[in-house]
Amino acid sequence: MNPSPYNFTWPFSPPDNIVLVIAIILGKILVMVAAAMLHVAYCTWFERKIIGHMQVRIGPNRVGPFGLLQPIADGIKLFFKEDVIPRPGVGSTKFRIVFKVAPLLVLFATLSSLAVVPVFEAFYIANINIGLLYILALSAVSTYGIIMAGWASDSKYAFLGSLRSSAQLISYEVAMGLSLVGVMMLAGSLNFIDIVKAQQTSWHGMYLIPQFLGYFVFMVSALAETNRAPFDLPEAESELVAGYFVEYSGMRFALFFLGEYIAMIVMSCVAVLCFWGGWGLPPVLYKVVPALNDLPQSVKTFVEAVVFLCKVYSHLFLYYWIRATLPRYRYDQLMRIGWTVLIPLALVNIVITALVKYFF
Amino acid sequence: MTPGSYIPTEYLPILIMMVIAAVLGMVIVTVGTLVRLRRPYPDKLMPYESGIPPVGEPRQRFRVSYYIVAMMFVIFDVEAIFLYPWAVIFDELGLFGLVEMMLFIFLLAIGYIYAWKKKAFEF
Repeated sequence: MNPSPYNFTWPFSPPDNIVLVIAIILGKILVMVAAAMLHVAYCTWFERKIIGHMQVRIGPNRVGPFGLLQPIADGIKLFFKEDVIPRPGVGSTKFRIVFKVAPLLVLFATLSSLAVVPVFEAFYIANINIGLLYILALSAVSTYGIIMAGWASDSKYAFLGSLRSSAQLISYEVAMGLSLVGVMMLAGSLNFIDIVKAQQTSWHGMYLIPQFLGYFVFMVSALAETNRAPFDLPEAESELVAGYFVEYSGMRFALFFLGEYIAMIVMSCVAVLCFWGGWGLPPVLYKVVPALNDLPQSVKTFVEAVVFLCKVYSHLFLYYWIRATLPRYRYDQLMRIGWTVLIPLALVNIVITALVKYFF
Repeated sequence: MTPGSYIPTEYLPILIMMVIAAVLGMVIVTVGTLVRLRRPYPDKLMPYESGIPPVGEPRQRFRVSYYIVAMMFVIFDVEAIFLYPWAVIFDELGLFGLVEMMLFIFLLAIGYIYAWKKKAFEF
């Protein structure tokens, strides 16, 4: 692990530049949060454009050139919408605070999981040695937000949607946790920077090749974890209207939406960091073009950031592509896939990786 | 460094991030209250159930299979947590670690097959 710039030990003696250290942290967080919000806004535009073209439509094209201002217009509209909180029904006044807190909890969980995502080798908010575990733990926290939303909404649709959603999220969380064990075994670390470095030093440059089984399990469970098609049952509009957020409107609805899209971006980042080689270019490229090795540091960092963003957007494109292609699963099919296909596959992947790694 | 003297300061940014993430949502909602309309009337505040007045308590009894899923989740998630430290120090443990963990996964596979046969995964 890289030495942390703000490491000090007991007896508690803060470094002289503690104000500077905190200012740097705040600055990084500001950049990260602002970038995340902008990316969410343009992810919705990107998604609508791509799905539009896949369905031989044009997609948003009225507000601004190519509809580029559409997400801004949507945001302003949501901001001015009335915040309707359903009238407390029979004996449910006490759930009102739960209703109000639920979207905040979802946003809290997804936004704070951004803290350990390194965008390139030198830019991260926190470099902890359990980065991967931290992200998995926080993705479990947002399940609480969903249960709270459905429980407090006083609507049967919302209640059923939240039950389904939480059952789906916890089932696929197991599969996702198990699918990453192979990566941990190969890299010998839970730290994202270490994982990327381990991939760069290997011949293949990305764990997608030795861990294709793990990647498959990860990809499917990432779709289910972020409630995306074909596993978007919680918001199945044809049966449950909108699932756990039927009763939400205006800005509170937008917070759920924001949380979902940030979760999607974080999942894409994890996939890129753990399976697609992070910000590294394929090692073959370095052999073919030797000039790449002696680029100045600033250019190298720039290239890293661009490569990372391109990979993340390719992964997001994969999400949209799947959404435009596949119909929605039935609820019992979804649960059966999670428990009887993905978990055994992940366990087989762990056993194979362990045996191959030990004997070869 | 004496035992117990370590302060995990690399977690400080995470703490700050969590505080900001919690405050940000509240700020967005609070600022919104200043500009948006609020014109409630009884029909608007009714829970939406396809336009029909809701009948009965929404929080009803639900299927037992959700509880079973929760139980299976606890079992398998603990298993995954056991696998993480083993996976990280796989090289240092050598043959001992490999055999022990294969045994562990084998025992879990037996439990898994039992749960499957008992129709725990059928919805």
